[in-house]
Amino acid sequence: MNLVRQVDTTAWLSPQTGQLWELVIGLEVHCQLATQSKLFCGCAVEFGAAPNTRVCAVCSAQPGSLPVLNGEALRLAVRAGVALGCSIATHTHFDRKHYFYCDLPKGYQISQAARPFCTGGGVRLRSGKLVRLQRIHLEEDAGKAIHDRGAETLVDLNRAGVPLIESVTEADLAAPEEAVEYLAALKETLQHAGVSACDMEKGELRCDVNVSVRKPGAAYGTKVEIKNLNSFRFVAAAIEYELQRQVAALESGDPAQRIVQETRLWDTEQGVTRSMRTKEGAADYRYMPEPDLPELQLPASFVERERSMLGEPPAERRARWQHRWHLSAKDAEALTHTRELADWFEAAVRAGAPPKECASFLLNEVLTAQPDSLSLLLPRQVASLVTMVAAGEVSHASARSVLRVTLAEGTEPEVVVQQHGLRMVLDTRQIEDWCRQALVGREAIIADVKAGKAAAVNALLGPALKLAAGKANAAVVRETLLRLIAES
Amino acid sequence: MRTDWHRLDATQLAHEHQSGARSVVDTIAACCARTQRLQPRWNAYLALDCERALARAHTLERAVTRGRLHGVPIAVKANLAVKGLESSCASRMLAGWRAPYSATVVERLEAEGAVVIGTTNMDEYAMGSSGESSAFGATRNPWDETRAPGGSSSGSAAAVAGHLVPLALGSDTGGSVRQPAAWCGLAGFKPTWGRISRYGLVAYASSLDCVAPLARSVRDLELALEIMAGPDARDATCSHSVLPAPVHYKDLEGLVLGIPQEWREALTDGPSRVAFEACVQAARAAGARLVEVSLPLTRHAVSCYYLLATVEAASNLARFDGLRYGMRADDYSGRGHNSSLAVSIAASRTQGFGSEVKRRIVLGTYALSAGHADAWHAHAAKVRTLVCREFDDAWRQCDALLGPTTPFPAIRLGERSHDPLALYACDALTTPVSLAGLPAASLRAPLVLHDGVQLPSGAQVVTQRGADRLSLRIAEVLEAQLGTQALPSPAAEVEA
Repeated sequence: MNLVRQVDTTAWLSPQTGQLWELVIGLEVHCQLATQSKLFCGCAVEFGAAPNTRVCAVCSAQPGSLPVLNGEALRLAVRAGVALGCSIATHTHFDRKHYFYCDLPKGYQISQAARPFCTGGGVRLRSGKLVRLQRIHLEEDAGKAIHDRGAETLVDLNRAGVPLIESVTEADLAAPEEAVEYLAALKETLQHAGVSACDMEKGELRCDVNVSVRKPGAAYGTKVEIKNLNSFRFVAAAIEYELQRQVAALESGDPAQRIVQETRLWDTEQGVTRSMRTKEGAADYRYMPEPDLPELQLPASFVERERSMLGEPPAERRARWQHRWHLSAKDAEALTHTRELADWFEAAVRAGAPPKECASFLLNEVLTAQPDSLSLLLPRQVASLVTMVAAGEVSHASARSVLRVTLAEGTEPEVVVQQHGLRMVLDTRQIEDWCRQALVGREAIIADVKAGKAAAVNALLGPALKLAAGKANAAVVRETLLRLIAES
Repeated sequence: MRTDWHRLDATQLAHEHQSGARSVVDTIAACCARTQRLQPRWNAYLALDCERALARAHTLERAVTRGRLHGVPIAVKANLAVKGLESSCASRMLAGWRAPYSATVVERLEAEGAVVIGTTNMDEYAMGSSGESSAFGATRNPWDETRAPGGSSSGSAAAVAGHLVPLALGSDTGGSVRQPAAWCGLAGFKPTWGRISRYGLVAYASSLDCVAPLARSVRDLELALEIMAGPDARDATCSHSVLPAPVHYKDLEGLVLGIPQEWREALTDGPSRVAFEACVQAARAAGARLVEVSLPLTRHAVSCYYLLATVEAASNLARFDGLRYGMRADDYSGRGHNSSLAVSIAASRTQGFGSEVKRRIVLGTYALSAGHADAWHAHAAKVRTLVCREFDDAWRQCDALLGPTTPFPAIRLGERSHDPLALYACDALTTPVSLAGLPAASLRAPLVLHDGVQLPSGAQVVTQRGADRLSLRIAEVLEAQLGTQALPSPAAEVEA
């Protein structure tokens, strides 16, 4: 079956039946908080550490051990809620969610059921549509079960107890690209709020998709849940696949193909979803209040403190830069890739760098120089270098060499310019001198220029610049040559 | 070598060690000898480590700073973690499990010079009222070896009653320290929930579990409380409020004691009633004003307790899946990862847990399962709130409650072990206090003649949340008034 997307709508036409179909999508996103240690113990959160080396009595569920809440995780969870416009509960508690699996040491996950930290809020898409959030709650991650190393399953508990927030949307999304746009906006917001690095490669952002189809205006159809998608591309592809599968099943009229409420997994190799378990086989999680952790009261001052940590939302920042500093949309987008980069750029501008030139220098020279450039430089140093270039005091080529030296040795750009004699000669008489020397014996060219072929002067540019040993600005030299010819 | 160490309480013994009047090494050596000799008789211990205890005694003997329990041998219930010692919870599931760390309470007692002799027998995972659900055999009551010492802290009670140690740690979830204290003629103290850190206590029902000491004198209980109480960064539910300074009462002048009529009426036999009335008389003689109060929800406490406790137990015991520690059944088979995992977990739990533990896990799982949680768990949670309010009302009429600790004295071994409901009835007067999280000191009451033998009985003094000191003080005055602490116990004469 190949459904046809109707232009400018979120409806699909079935060519066989002439029926229009709509998608109904809700997303559940797990996001790992950027804390140093786990949610309920002091073990370090460290991706890629040797298996079972970031484990203690608490996160391996030794008899008698007890959880103690990591205050930093609480702060970041609240900050996520504030950043997404949620209301923050003043009283909240943790619950136990029970199931047996080898990667869940306690036999239950400490999560939140009845009273999550955050309710409401949402993300606005470019179209103006608001994707509403139902809730955000705080919970611990499970460990990892490894099935592909021989006959036995291995368990790594390094990830057990890592703090996560789970955000759940209403079924407000109607197309794969809307889901992707929502995810990108969510990721950007969480990154800029300092809540999470959201590195999908490291599994710091994972997405479950609830998807159903219906005829326009009809009641919701039966939904299926696709679990654990770890890239935006897979999210879009899985929704696309489910749309086709569900419509085909419904239109076939075959009771055997009836859509059942179930959990499905995305097969990345085949590009299809596969049934994992149906609702009848679903676990009864037997939620109960966690007796080992006291109820939490979040005073208004606590919430306000996190609000003050948010900084400017990235979209507003981009708009401001474009409007006030005349940055291109492309540069503004690139510079808000991370909060750190955006803050860095702002700091350089505050230190006196002309914004447009600074943006281009950062993106084209600094970030391409080496991966850790930003940590080796001070915004003030880039500001001074860009300012010198903009004033014509240092050539672009020299600026690049200065950057290399400053990165390697930490020497201040002004000092490098001084020591290596890279400052451009701005003295008009000196430049005229080089130009006069370059003109000697080039009567043919002079005649061409005088005859109106201004481009002929370019042949003199090289020799003149060579005489200046690279310390003269090419445009100035060209102008001087033309003026001298005209005057001669 | 002086061999009378076992007649002293912990306070006295520590004094004599501190002053040098008595050698720590002598005491610990004598203690180990007596323990090893009498272990087969009462089965009080599950694991002994005399070598470790003697090594510690030698260190302490040389120590310059001497703590408040300097050289005092103590016994620790096998559901508390003592680094390197086996803490099996009297379960096949945890047989051989050596704790990789020590419980906060153990660390604090050891820091004051206490010497852990071993871990004691108990009802499996603290589930029981007679000590008989231990996977390693029942403990015998040193007062009458045909009888149960009570439970679930059976071994700790027998060790103190048998003068193997002057002080022992137990845990009290629904009466597991107060009830064996009453049946073994001891003093036992359940603190306010959250007063003493639970870090290192293998959880049974977390919202009810308390680490609780057993001793032969109330003053030893207070000493233990002082050492163990206080905030612990490893237990988020451990109160940050500081234990108030001690208040000394010579008598009970100016205090109002409430006698719950339902508790008094719960006493089934004449001798027990007589013994309790003696306690009431002692209170009056000490100057207390007595008022009768009513706690009608007492009759629902056992049902409410067994619903809430089993729900938490089913959750807390989920971690015993045989995967990381403890027993793993090896005779399982299955296809596919999940299937063999489920089969392995089920087989380990089936073989590892005893029948009482399984009963409670099934009960608790059922009471919290979809479709039943509202009728059972949520309902019981509401009753618990009402029980708390009933106590709050009582505090408007009196400063403390005085009641019997148990409805009847020690039962015979085997008498109720096949009738769970009859066994649960032993907890009728201790569970209401547990549900409300209140402090309660159980003291030794007069002996009762029961089936032709003299058996100990107990009375408990219950106070408001946080008023741990007051309950102990009243119990101490009553103990002095009754003179029961000075009475000999037959086990002291059993020579090693």
